[in-house]
Amino acid sequence: MSAETQHPFTTVIGLEVHVQLQTKTKLFCGCITTFGSPPNTQVCPTCLGLPGSLPVMNRRAFDLSLRAALALNCKIALFTKWDRKNYFYPDLPKGYQISQFDLPFSYEGHLEVCDPKGAFEPRTVRITRVHLEEDAGKSMHDETAGTADSRIDLNRTGTPLCEIVTEPDLRSAEEARAWLNELKLLLVYLGVSDCNMQEGSLRVDANVNLHIPQEDGRLAKTPIVEIKNMNSFRSVERALVYETERQWGEWQATKAEIGSMPKQTRGWDDSAGVTRGQRHKEESSDYRYFPEPDLVPVTVTEEQVTTIRSSMGEPPAVLRKTLADRWKIPANDAGVLVNQGPELVRYFEDLATRVGEGKVASNWMQQDVLRTLNERGGNITDFPVRPEAVADIIARVQKGDFDTSRGREIFASVVEKGASVAEVVAGMGIAAVDDSDLRALCEELIAENPKIVADVKGGKEQAAGGLIGQAKRKNPNVNPGKVRALAIELIRALP
Amino acid sequence: MPTHDDTEPKLTREDVIKVAMLARLALSENEVTSLTQELTKIVGFVSQLSEIDTSDVEPLAHPLDSQNVFREDEPATSLKTADALRSAPRHDGECFLVPAVLGESSSA
Ligand SMILES: [Zn+2]
Repeated sequence: MSAETQHPFTTVIGLEVHVQLQTKTKLFCGCITTFGSPPNTQVCPTCLGLPGSLPVMNRRAFDLSLRAALALNCKIALFTKWDRKNYFYPDLPKGYQISQFDLPFSYEGHLEVCDPKGAFEPRTVRITRVHLEEDAGKSMHDETAGTADSRIDLNRTGTPLCEIVTEPDLRSAEEARAWLNELKLLLVYLGVSDCNMQEGSLRVDANVNLHIPQEDGRLAKTPIVEIKNMNSFRSVERALVYETERQWGEWQATKAEIGSMPKQTRGWDDSAGVTRGQRHKEESSDYRYFPEPDLVPVTVTEEQVTTIRSSMGEPPAVLRKTLADRWKIPANDAGVLVNQGPELVRYFEDLATRVGEGKVASNWMQQDVLRTLNERGGNITDFPVRPEAVADIIARVQKGDFDTSRGREIFASVVEKGASVAEVVAGMGIAAVDDSDLRALCEELIAENPKIVADVKGGKEQAAGGLIGQAKRKNPNVNPGKVRALAIELIRALP
Repeated sequence: MPTHDDTEPKLTREDVIKVAMLARLALSENEVTSLTQELTKIVGFVSQLSEIDTSDVEPLAHPLDSQNVFREDEPATSLKTADALRSAPRHDGECFLVPAVLGESSSA
């Protein structure tokens, strides 16, 4: 149980998420959108806002944002237009952002989130709207340098952004984090965005306040606070936990309710673990939107919507179920695999196809591949052991060359040495124990263990288990199952 | 005292000061006075349009009778950095330089 749920109030959270769309070029010009390039190398007259330049809409950006909206179960407006949001900031060279105001292309969707461990009830979060707009540039200020200047890099200016706004339907920091994970997974699976927070392709602001039942039956609501500058989902969770406690303290001290002050913006300081009030930008909400004269409206047909819907692929919530059905693996296994992202699912399905058995492949994924991947860090696409190698190990285990625990040692060694399975097997002196060796070994064990032999002869077959450890000490490559079976056979044959 | 009816727009000094602030224009007291008068005339002139009954007219999103203008997602050549920076009042060869921006970047 998280701290905030112990208090006599409901935490009410809404999120505003911006994701950069996975296009090659910007929303209104042909400049590329590669992250981390030297400053001002991906700019042109259009994204610099130079006089005489005109924006032209990137079709793929529009299609990707439609895909996102459909995946979020939104209604699609068949007529949509863009508007100018006017404000002055050095990272916004035109003096306005091209965004959508009164006719966004989609609205009224929803996305569910469940917690597999049941930490909270399944929650449906309503989506207010999804719209398409352009990103701003970056301003950098090196306070330690003591210079009076800020440096402006406009490479990011004009990058296509999908803005996703939720209704205030989340009820805890934990839920917010889980929902964001689900949203990210969805957008990654559909190829809408890479959702890389470190590179700023996914950014989250949160609105939070408390609903506190009063003795007279009235519901008191604390002023809504918008939290910004959260750079990871973990930060979002921490910031919301902090802000909940802060508002509760504030309520007890001041009894200030919503409407008694303008909406407050607070920035999350991750290292200090606190939110701090930001300087109130006076009238900042007065953006004087008006229709963008440089862009004509866009209409969408039902056929287009159908086409995009049918080409979308399976969203994670569906895939969890189909993967479990397709490979006959437990729902929990499928959930773990799907939550790791599409590349890992591809790896698993490749492995499962080679092995021909989902459960065995899933066990190796969960126990060996995922554990090793977590320890090493990095991405499954860079993982040194490819599915064919894991399938090779599993095939050798199934053939009886060695047992599973030996197979896992081999796996670890393949990871560590970066060698092939065959090389590791040869290097470890693992050779398949042939039948005559196995027979000689079992006869030796029988001679050395009269007590076990007597027990087995007396009908206690499980006593043969006592031979396995000894057999492995004599020859680590023996297959325990084969030792057990042959030993019992030989003992039974004894006079 | 008011001679105009309720539909006639009236611009106050406060409106002008607020719009000037949003547009980052520093106006003198005299300019606020003269602009309040001039803008009131302009808004009054434009507001003649509100006398027309438009209840049967579809709102116009764009004066051009054109829709769905797109480009493909194909890269085009960007400017060289030196050219991009050329007309800026101040730059350091890499970035535009502006007076210190404190606080966070504007969030889109
Ligand atoms: Zn450009």
